[in-house]
Amino acid sequence: MNMIAENFTLLYHGFGIASDPFNILLMAIGILLGVIIGVLPGLGGANGVAILLPLTFSMSPTSAIILLTCIYWGALFGGAITSVLFNIPGEPWSVATTFDGHPMARSGRAGEALTAAFTSSFVGAFFAIVMITLIAPLVAQFALQFGPAEKFAVYFLAFASFVGMSKEPPAKTVVSMMIGFALAAVGLDMVTGQLRLTFGVTELLNGFDFLIAVIGLFGIGEILLTMEEGLEFRGKAAKIDPKVVWKTWKTLPRYWMTSLRSCIIGCWMGITPAGATPASFMAYGIAKRVSKNGKNFGNGEIEGVVAPETAAHAAGTAAMLPMLALGVPGSPTAAVLLGGLLIWGLQPGPMLFVEQGEFVWGLIASMYLGNIVGLILVLTTVPLFASILRIPFSIIAPVILVICAIGAYTVNNNVFDVLMMMVFGVLGYLLKKTNYPLAPLVLAIVLGDSAEEAFRQSLLGSGGSLSVFWSNGLVSSIMGLGVIAAIWPLIGMALNKLKASPQPA
Amino acid sequence: MEQAHHGAETGPKQRSVEMGTALLTLLFGLIVVYGSVIVGFGWSSDGPQAGFFPFYVGLIICGCSIINFVQGVRENPEPLFAEYGQLRQVLKVLIPACIYVALVPFLGIYLPSVLLIVLFMIWLGHYGWPLSLAVAFGVPAFFYITLERWFLIPLPKGPIEAMLGL
Amino acid sequence: MKYVSTFGLGALTALGMTAMSMLPASAAWEPTKPVEFIVPAGTGGGADQMARTLQGIIAKHNLMSTQLVVINKSGGAGGEGFLDVKSNKGNPHKIVITLSNLFTTPLATGIPFNWKDLTPVAMLALDEFVLWVNAQEPYKTAQEYEAAIKAAPDNTFKMGGTGSKQEDQIITVAVEKALGKKMTYIPYKGGGEVAVQLVGGHINSSVNNPIEAVSQWRGDKLRPLCVFDSKPLPYTDKILGDLSWSSVPTCKSAGLDVEYLMLRGIFMPPGVSEEQVAYFVELFKKVRETPEWKQLMKDGAFNQTFMSGDEFKAWLDQSEATHKGLMQEAGFIAGN
Repeated sequence: MNMIAENFTLLYHGFGIASDPFNILLMAIGILLGVIIGVLPGLGGANGVAILLPLTFSMSPTSAIILLTCIYWGALFGGAITSVLFNIPGEPWSVATTFDGHPMARSGRAGEALTAAFTSSFVGAFFAIVMITLIAPLVAQFALQFGPAEKFAVYFLAFASFVGMSKEPPAKTVVSMMIGFALAAVGLDMVTGQLRLTFGVTELLNGFDFLIAVIGLFGIGEILLTMEEGLEFRGKAAKIDPKVVWKTWKTLPRYWMTSLRSCIIGCWMGITPAGATPASFMAYGIAKRVSKNGKNFGNGEIEGVVAPETAAHAAGTAAMLPMLALGVPGSPTAAVLLGGLLIWGLQPGPMLFVEQGEFVWGLIASMYLGNIVGLILVLTTVPLFASILRIPFSIIAPVILVICAIGAYTVNNNVFDVLMMMVFGVLGYLLKKTNYPLAPLVLAIVLGDSAEEAFRQSLLGSGGSLSVFWSNGLVSSIMGLGVIAAIWPLIGMALNKLKASPQPA
Repeated sequence: MEQAHHGAETGPKQRSVEMGTALLTLLFGLIVVYGSVIVGFGWSSDGPQAGFFPFYVGLIICGCSIINFVQGVRENPEPLFAEYGQLRQVLKVLIPACIYVALVPFLGIYLPSVLLIVLFMIWLGHYGWPLSLAVAFGVPAFFYITLERWFLIPLPKGPIEAMLGL
Repeated sequence: MKYVSTFGLGALTALGMTAMSMLPASAAWEPTKPVEFIVPAGTGGGADQMARTLQGIIAKHNLMSTQLVVINKSGGAGGEGFLDVKSNKGNPHKIVITLSNLFTTPLATGIPFNWKDLTPVAMLALDEFVLWVNAQEPYKTAQEYEAAIKAAPDNTFKMGGTGSKQEDQIITVAVEKALGKKMTYIPYKGGGEVAVQLVGGHINSSVNNPIEAVSQWRGDKLRPLCVFDSKPLPYTDKILGDLSWSSVPTCKSAGLDVEYLMLRGIFMPPGVSEEQVAYFVELFKKVRETPEWKQLMKDGAFNQTFMSGDEFKAWLDQSEATHKGLMQEAGFIAGN
């Protein structure tokens, strides 16, 4: 308890530093830049922070990290905008937001979806910051427990809780997921250093980036589907109501259980360095199974926006902690921030909290303030962004195509990726029309590589014995949860049958 | 646009498209299996080899593709995948988009973007030239300024940009 | 109206661009447009950090008339980045920072390039490698650790490192050969991750670069046993108690005859003129004089050898031969 009291004193001091007018100004600038970065596809948080990093060298470390972390928050907020409006997730963790966010926008509820997304992001991030304030040192110890086997178990759990029974035929779900795994495997195999599935084609060296696939499958595929339904579909759909924010807020407290669950999933996934993407999928999957509206998920259920957004942002924020305390980045963006810390002469690691207390607590205080500033800023833009949908389709469609192409290019600075995006677009249209679910494919591309890597690292360590996944309490319990999550739909079906069987008689 | 809503249109059957897609995924699965065999798909002393996972992933794709194909064959042959009118609509976007993407490696991203937007707005949207040209030049100019000037991210450029010395 | 104004803006920029291109060329070569700085590795790694620091230093001190733009091309263990530079024959507005994958990637993967396909500019520094163990392990010196490895059966000890068939694994194989025992090598994505895995006790030792693990040393979580260089490091700033980099013995003196240094150098595409190369050599000489660079060198305990021209080429030749030999022995050369 003593430790917590001490933390609060330090935090109070930190607020003094962070609420300096110059720093508040930096926060606002950072958030705005971040939103722009988040909205432009391909120019994700990691890129944005990396690009602006050199500009901060002349600032004090505290001001610099405030600017950069606020860009990061802004990008997190901004990623939701394109997901909801155009079905194009700017960041991996926004994918799950498209599942219900975009259907909401299509039925004229873009403002609601955006408000829900922004508010949930804020709630998730805030929960994670409070957690950091209270138990930072303990958490760092916990993160050290995670070797390859534990990491694999976490990926397995994320997978198992997302992929369950869906309305599509099982063989199609499996094909879709396996295509994702196969695409994730293309390129250099990290464990053996061999190239695989590249067939000597230089362009395939890089493998298939998740973003290329998603921009094509979701973004381009969406345009093609809209064309098929007739041009005039858009335009009339979006009505702007300046009071949409208040109206949505009134409905949100109803989902407190989903929020809380997603916060916990997010924090946990952020600390175990699995990250925001699996957290968002897992939270969505669990919400879908648990919620009484679960059947309606995917058709524009606001709870389907709340769950993944809350979890993603709780995870994104919680991931800052291992970075500071251990020097291991929880995400690509965190990796760039880490580089920044080194350049300013700060060494992330066990001594940072002790030696650079002012910096650390200034940063944590800026997380509180930055999130509040960010929420206010982005909420005011909701009507503006929602009104984009009123632009006629024949103007917006080519512009979206151009944005997709730029986004696909900037991921790896490769024109080949622009071609691949188009291929994915056609594939997305075809698969969607023939009832193949796209979500498992995307999840497999995102997690396939990391999961395989963790699996093989574990086996290298154990000399090829699979018992490593049951070798200690931590890994066994995560694996156990994963197995339960995997067979949950079967249990559910059995229960339903039990319940249903007496009725006909 | 109007023809898309005439009820009695014909078009490709859902059944044949389903079967086609299954064959496509089967082909993909075979490629994956072949690629995995090249790099080795066994289980060596220190765990699986590079091709181990892709090999089984490929096999599963092939297996499930065959199931999907058989189910496709059994399907009701009547329902349409889409009416020809609808497909024409899709092609109206798809063909220009493909040409656009094919031009990018040679001409850079800016010029094809201008052409694509003009084509769309004039041909599909029936807008006037002034507005179409304004949007067509304005959007790439916006990206040039934000991405290349502010964020220092170079986008692909072609001979025209080289001539202008950009 | 909104569209009209954006159109106007576009036209204005276009005019501005044309005006810029008409500036007269001065006598000595200078870049006339932004220079692309290719990083053949992912965002956040050692090479990326160095490239972005260079970018920051050059921008802050106004060392270049145009901008330096960092681009990551990490596909195929960096092969993608090298192929891009190789194919940009005669383009003076592109430079690339290299790490050891300049030698290891073509050998291990068969991706078709060689350092001779590029134009060497300068060696900026050499990165050191240190043998680390968890501070809670009983081994205080390299000798004690070596003895423990020798006494145990093959594959008892786990060595973690960055990537596969790259510098960390090459050093591991060399250590195995020197000790006559096999170790289990576990590859990870980045150096920071390796250090944390070592702190968490999931591996027994690592060969992290100084900058990747120094903070864990300061926190008394990791212990450096020896450095894979011919002489001890010159940096005497205290890190933990009375210990500094200079108090870490060389591995050779500890009975482990392995030396390895990693190149941090700059290359250009093939077919550029002498003048253009000279411009960048001068540029990086100026960078080396800045306090920020000196601080980076000290933080990372780098070996500050600087080379350019024929001296650099000779070094590259020799280093390539060394890598080939090491990788051949380890069986890392791609079959095709």
